Amino acid sequence: MSGPLTIFDRPRDYIGQPVPRADTKRLLQGRGTFIDDIQLPRMLHAAFVRSSVAHGVITGIDVAEARALPGVVAVYTGADIAPHVEPYVGVLSHLAGLRSAPQMPLAVGVTRWIGEPLAMIVAQSRAVAEDAAALVTVEIDPLEAVTDMETALDPATPVIHAEMDSNLAWERTVDVGDVDAAFARDDVTVVERRFRFGRHTGVTLETRGAVAAYDPSEDELTFWYSGQAPHMMQFIFAKHLGLPEENVRVVSQDVGGSFGIKIHTYGDEVATALAAKLLGRPVKFVADRMESFLSDIHARDHVVDGRIAVDAEGRVAALAFDDITGIGPFSMYPRTSAIEANQVLNLTGAPYVIGNYRAHAKVVFQNKNMMCQYRAVGHPIAMAVADCLLEDAAHEIGMDVVEIRRRNLIPDDAYPTQSASGMKLDDLSHHKSLETLVETMDYDARRAEHAKLREDGIYRGLGLISMVEVTNPSPMFYGIGGAPIASQDGATIRLDAGGGVHVSSSVTEQGQGTNAILAQIAADVFGVPIARVKVTTGDTRTTPYGGGTWASRGAGIGGEACLQAAQALKEQVLEVAAVILQSAPGKLDIRAGAVVDAEGGAERMTLSDLARTVYYRGNELPADLKPELVATRHYRVTDFPFVFTNCAMAAEVEVDPETGFVQVLNFWAVEDCGRVINPVLVDEQVRGGVVQGIGGALYEECIYDAEGQLQNATMADYLVPMAFEMPDIVVKHVETPTKTSVLGAKGAGEAGTGGAPGAVMNAVNDALRPLGAEIHQMPMTPERILRALGKV
Amino acid sequence: MAQTRMIRLTVNGETGSYTVPVRQNLVDFIRNDLGLTGSHVGCEHGVCGACSIEVNGDLVRGCLMFAVQADGAEITTIEGLAESGRGAALRAAFTARNALQCGYCTPGMLATALDYVEGGGAADRDAIRAHLSGNYCRCTGYQSIVDAVCDVIEGRVEA
Ligand code: FES
Ligand code: FES
Repeated sequence: MSGPLTIFDRPRDYIGQPVPRADTKRLLQGRGTFIDDIQLPRMLHAAFVRSSVAHGVITGIDVAEARALPGVVAVYTGADIAPHVEPYVGVLSHLAGLRSAPQMPLAVGVTRWIGEPLAMIVAQSRAVAEDAAALVTVEIDPLEAVTDMETALDPATPVIHAEMDSNLAWERTVDVGDVDAAFARDDVTVVERRFRFGRHTGVTLETRGAVAAYDPSEDELTFWYSGQAPHMMQFIFAKHLGLPEENVRVVSQDVGGSFGIKIHTYGDEVATALAAKLLGRPVKFVADRMESFLSDIHARDHVVDGRIAVDAEGRVAALAFDDITGIGPFSMYPRTSAIEANQVLNLTGAPYVIGNYRAHAKVVFQNKNMMCQYRAVGHPIAMAVADCLLEDAAHEIGMDVVEIRRRNLIPDDAYPTQSASGMKLDDLSHHKSLETLVETMDYDARRAEHAKLREDGIYRGLGLISMVEVTNPSPMFYGIGGAPIASQDGATIRLDAGGGVHVSSSVTEQGQGTNAILAQIAADVFGVPIARVKVTTGDTRTTPYGGGTWASRGAGIGGEACLQAAQALKEQVLEVAAVILQSAPGKLDIRAGAVVDAEGGAERMTLSDLARTVYYRGNELPADLKPELVATRHYRVTDFPFVFTNCAMAAEVEVDPETGFVQVLNFWAVEDCGRVINPVLVDEQVRGGVVQGIGGALYEECIYDAEGQLQNATMADYLVPMAFEMPDIVVKHVETPTKTSVLGAKGAGEAGTGGAPGAVMNAVNDALRPLGAEIHQMPMTPERILRALGKV
Repeated sequence: MAQTRMIRLTVNGETGSYTVPVRQNLVDFIRNDLGLTGSHVGCEHGVCGACSIEVNGDLVRGCLMFAVQADGAEITTIEGLAESGRGAALRAAFTARNALQCGYCTPGMLATALDYVEGGGAADRDAIRAHLSGNYCRCTGYQSIVDAVCDVIEGRVEA
């Protein structure tokens, strides 16, 4: 627990205030810089030939015609680029037993999913590159495709990687207490369900893309990309393209949505960097929408057999499940594709007091696009399994679903404690959040209304979820396993001669408002008007070293580093001011851009005066004063592997039993993400997250056929939530600051996506129950609802 | 090589003649040839609305129209709106409500919202949602955009 809590003893000027984001103005005037907006002199454009076969031996790639097309500058196959790239393998040492096979940017020898890049065209325009790609002929001897994850481990199923004995990538069991004895008790009611969670993908509105430029005179690679983790990519290009790490600069400017999609190593992006290096000219690659569907990581796709035992009082006696998930042909590099299943094991039931818990997961290879970490990694599965079992059990024993939660949620005064799986938990407020939710949504009145509407043949349902979210990860997430992924972040704050300050931070901005909250913290803690703060993020050359944005860590970790740096700079400036003003640092303060008397607040000198004295007129200062008007601080979480948040949510739906359509009428979320830095931005994170979660619950699914062909790789066919289907979402906060930092902020970016699916599933089942139907498969499409009702 | 054709059009008040490949779509022409990169491309098949621009007073998907079809047209993009000040109230409301996160859908959202507001649309949340339902946003969840449009219609914004 660091630092004596001080600055929050008085109301703050900016922290906690709904300060508008400065970045919005630029974006509203069309002045953003997204990847495809970058134009460099002599820039070339890349297009890829992708596999149309899910599994097969590549027997020939004929590129002669493509190469001859005017405007084509280079054509590369996997064999052409193999000598220039060190293969990568997506394993981490702390995920014991996880295995994968070496990967190359373009397939070499065998292709293993439809959409895998096989050849790269580099041409004067993207249009010409695409023309040339169409002229490449690829010959593939098809092998049997392994598509069904549930049979991937059968002895009769072919093994995707010849060097392995099966398609098993990873397996883990958590076994706590005496689960069998608990299920065998004769005073418990046991509920068993099979859950199916469809494959989703992020569908960022800006597709993945990159511009790579290489300067042979300096052996320097600059890589602009639409992504979340510049320092991670710096390491990856250095290692796999054989460059000194300091010669690689990775920049992310405006990023048009990310959600975890843009935080991985993609073959087409590595090939783009390599092509720039080989050609000595800038190369741009921007995925088209179909390429995105075929190659952006997918997520979820779990089948879970779960059971719960509750006693007559509604107390959970045991929770157990088996999970299987298919991850595509490789474990994604460098974060691996076992993290989602691991999260399911770690997080299921974590809000509740559960003494007997057994969780088992198998992660298998298959010939589909790869799966990896997408917003709310594992949470939608973990939360839905626990809370749908719990609500079903409540109905089984005739107990209200709120009441059963009251009896099982970890008491608010029980912290610090740990979950059944051993996760350390602190500073949570499940009960307070649940009670706030019940009150906000007018729970009892809605129940009564639903009962009445049912008499008129209107089927509405309520579903709740009580959840935790993993935020502010420590090195225990990735670093411990050997991944080049920083869990610490840094901030540098500099006082400029004009009296403004410049913040440079290693966390990154994808629209969630990172830059805005850094400015709020710097302005507030250092003492300048927010308009005088400029923020730089997303550039390995100019920011401190850090992890970027993932696992809802920007505010909690990057924000704390910024707070510490602002505090340090303030102390440094006051030391200088004390000398100039012949006062003592303790008697002075900085407010609204000026040094003032701490007592009374009378202005003594402006920051600009002070800075100009230091920068221009050092002769006026005593020789032994060595002013430093820049401060850097780094921060990482040390006391906990993760800092958990909690959230209570509820969905109200109406199901049309004739058509199977589900309409979400209302949604409420009560979030405890610790100290709220900017309520508008946090609410918008929650709302956007909830809508993504509703998408997963009702619409979104990557549909593959038995041959491994993605059937709906367009935005017209992969259904995402649009304005008309979505409800207004009420967001409330309970604030329990984390004691791990002075700032006290936890993450807020993923709870909505993690919890909404389970809440919607519970609500749909609540609506269906009087009709004698139930559904435990997402997305809950009209067809599936009608099947559940026995109508088709 | 693709065939080309000469077109003459006015974009954000500036008239010019350009030689364009006949297969080039309008939004690619605007972005790549005119350097007006404020218009975005999300799907290239008319579904997401990110490329929405105003052509001869109509809201058009720039990815579904060829540049040659815009011969003689008057076009306004997000940059043109900013320069002329049109839509200032909406921009202010979008900022106040944080009706954009990444901003990638924003050019299309703004154009579509402006179409609604200037068309005399009511501050009716369902009607606004229906009007915006051809514009995909992955970040916001839409509510803040609806709020911003209502704020403008009900005169709660100083532009
Ligand atoms: S890019 Fe035109 S509608 Fe999506
Ligand atoms: S703000 Fe990101 S897609 Fe709308």
